[in-house]
Amino acid sequence: MIVQKTAPPDQQPSAFAFSSENQEKAKAIIARYPDGRQASAIMPLFDLAQRQHDGWLPTAAMDYIANMLGVPRMRAYEVATFYSMYNLAPIGKYLVRVCTTTPCELRGSNEVVAACREALGIDFNQTTSDGMFTFREVECLGACVNAPVVWIGDDYYEDVDADAMRKIVADLRAGTTPLPGSQKGRQTSAPINGLTTLKEQSV
Amino acid sequence: MLQDKDRIFTNLYGVHDWRLAGARARGDWSNTKALLDLGRDKIIEEVKASGLRGRGGAGFPTGLKWSFMPKQSDGRPHYLIVNADEGEPGTCKDRDLMRHDPHKLLEGCLIAGFAMGAHACYIYIRGEFIREAEHLEAAIAEANDAGLLGKNACGSGWQYDIYVHRGAGAYICGEEMALIESLEGKKGQPRLKPPFPANMGVWGSPTTVNNVESIAVVPTILRRGGAWFAGFGRERNTGTKVFCISGHVNNPCNVEEEMGIPLRELIEKHAGGVQGGWDNLLAIIPGGSSVRMLPRSICDTVLMDFDALAAEGSGLGTAAVIVMDKSTDIVAAIARLSKFYMHESCGQCTPCREGTGWMWRVMERLAKGDAHVEEIDLLLNVASQVEGHTICAHGDASAWPIQGLMRHFRPEVERRLLEKQRATSASQAA
Ligand code: FES
Repeated sequence: MIVQKTAPPDQQPSAFAFSSENQEKAKAIIARYPDGRQASAIMPLFDLAQRQHDGWLPTAAMDYIANMLGVPRMRAYEVATFYSMYNLAPIGKYLVRVCTTTPCELRGSNEVVAACREALGIDFNQTTSDGMFTFREVECLGACVNAPVVWIGDDYYEDVDADAMRKIVADLRAGTTPLPGSQKGRQTSAPINGLTTLKEQSV
Repeated sequence: MLQDKDRIFTNLYGVHDWRLAGARARGDWSNTKALLDLGRDKIIEEVKASGLRGRGGAGFPTGLKWSFMPKQSDGRPHYLIVNADEGEPGTCKDRDLMRHDPHKLLEGCLIAGFAMGAHACYIYIRGEFIREAEHLEAAIAEANDAGLLGKNACGSGWQYDIYVHRGAGAYICGEEMALIESLEGKKGQPRLKPPFPANMGVWGSPTTVNNVESIAVVPTILRRGGAWFAGFGRERNTGTKVFCISGHVNNPCNVEEEMGIPLRELIEKHAGGVQGGWDNLLAIIPGGSSVRMLPRSICDTVLMDFDALAAEGSGLGTAAVIVMDKSTDIVAAIARLSKFYMHESCGQCTPCREGTGWMWRVMERLAKGDAHVEEIDLLLNVASQVEGHTICAHGDASAWPIQGLMRHFRPEVERRLLEKQRATSASQAA
């Protein structure tokens, strides 16, 4: 079970509202679900709110969305604390999440974690003092044949080793976004030294 | 070995265009109306004839599952839900199908939904698959614009809409009842069955939940015939299958192969063999983290299908092959899985909520050699009390890796404990 705590009151904004652009998006999201079932939109709306609010979901946003969907606030809090992707307290500009589940561990995620820890100078669940990076350990990201996998922002970095991890951090610090996907330059999930199937495929 | 002409996922690696034009060039959406014109019964019959068993882990016959849906609507709408909450450690096939071949899945959704009298489909995709969800959304928009979906899908007169619903980081939502709860906007905690989803699923309506791969193979099965698909593999274990090969192999990869391919051949042909050679193999988890591991001796000959692996006390699961060579600390590797199950327990049932944490703590001590030999039996006893005593299979899944470890590697665990004990008493004596 995961247990997430919300940010203390002094970090919480007193109010939250969707931007006009996000209000339009919210309407379209709610319309995906059958009439009277708008409560189903709570997860996508939390995501939208989190993206609008520097990557974390304040309590005011939960209240706002509960109100918008006509669900009890308690239910909104239950949902927000149940799922690991809602950040309930401020986070760094880059959320660096390293997978350490067994398939990644077998391919060296421990070294990736060590390199990341050293490059960032922080441990799991901490944020660098400049507010640039938050560092987390996560469970299987569903990309295990490209292990070790690191998830930053909306992208996966795959086939990561300690050197690649250091380079990714350095690039982000320098203000450039490293190319996601395999850091060994292979074609997605294909064998690294060449295809064993689909060799003749032309389209 | 399966030939390329018989591979369904011809853009598995994303070498080619995943958009509508590319999909059409590969034959998707080519005669969908004619397939729908077969009618509900014929479609289900053909899927039954193919022998297709669910690709999400449980292996339930797909056609049979569809036939549980009411023949006539009693006024409640019917729903198809695609389970794209791929998160079983070792498994990463649906990700490729969605990002590289989204139209194959959408076409399958239309045909499967039509066959069960549904006008709407929700694809529940794990929240971390952000780019994959973007591809699906883009593909849906293309299909809507082209009239392949929507009011009159493919000119069939059938209205059909597909929506993407993103999860938010909870492995348990891959369990179909938890997934339904989550889609209703709640915590993803599994519901007791019955009622089964075909009677009362999402929003109280008849619902079928199918894995991505199970749905995505359907258009090809209908085009080429159930008998074609059934021609691969063995009886009750038919078809082609996307395997994921991770861990200590030279070239980890996904690959579509014939069901029932020998495990060793799968690894040597496609994944470049075990690191350090086959003799360096220690053990393999053949079907995602929830199934029991196999020692080298069984890996030598076992076939990769439902029945062959079940006969060895393991399972095909999601066909995610996790390879461990002799450098592996096997106890630590399983302890890490125990941590996973603890982290992902939804907290609803006491045996699972408390048991997964308890088992993890004992596993950690066993890995360090910091336990008594008698604790192994205690651990197995607790595992057997978690197994089968929870609403969903998460409790079972947390017990099986531990049982698999002790079945095949108990002497190694004991050796470690005794060694540590000896070392401690020696140092105390000195
Ligand atoms: S174990 Fe890391 S992605 Fe699956």
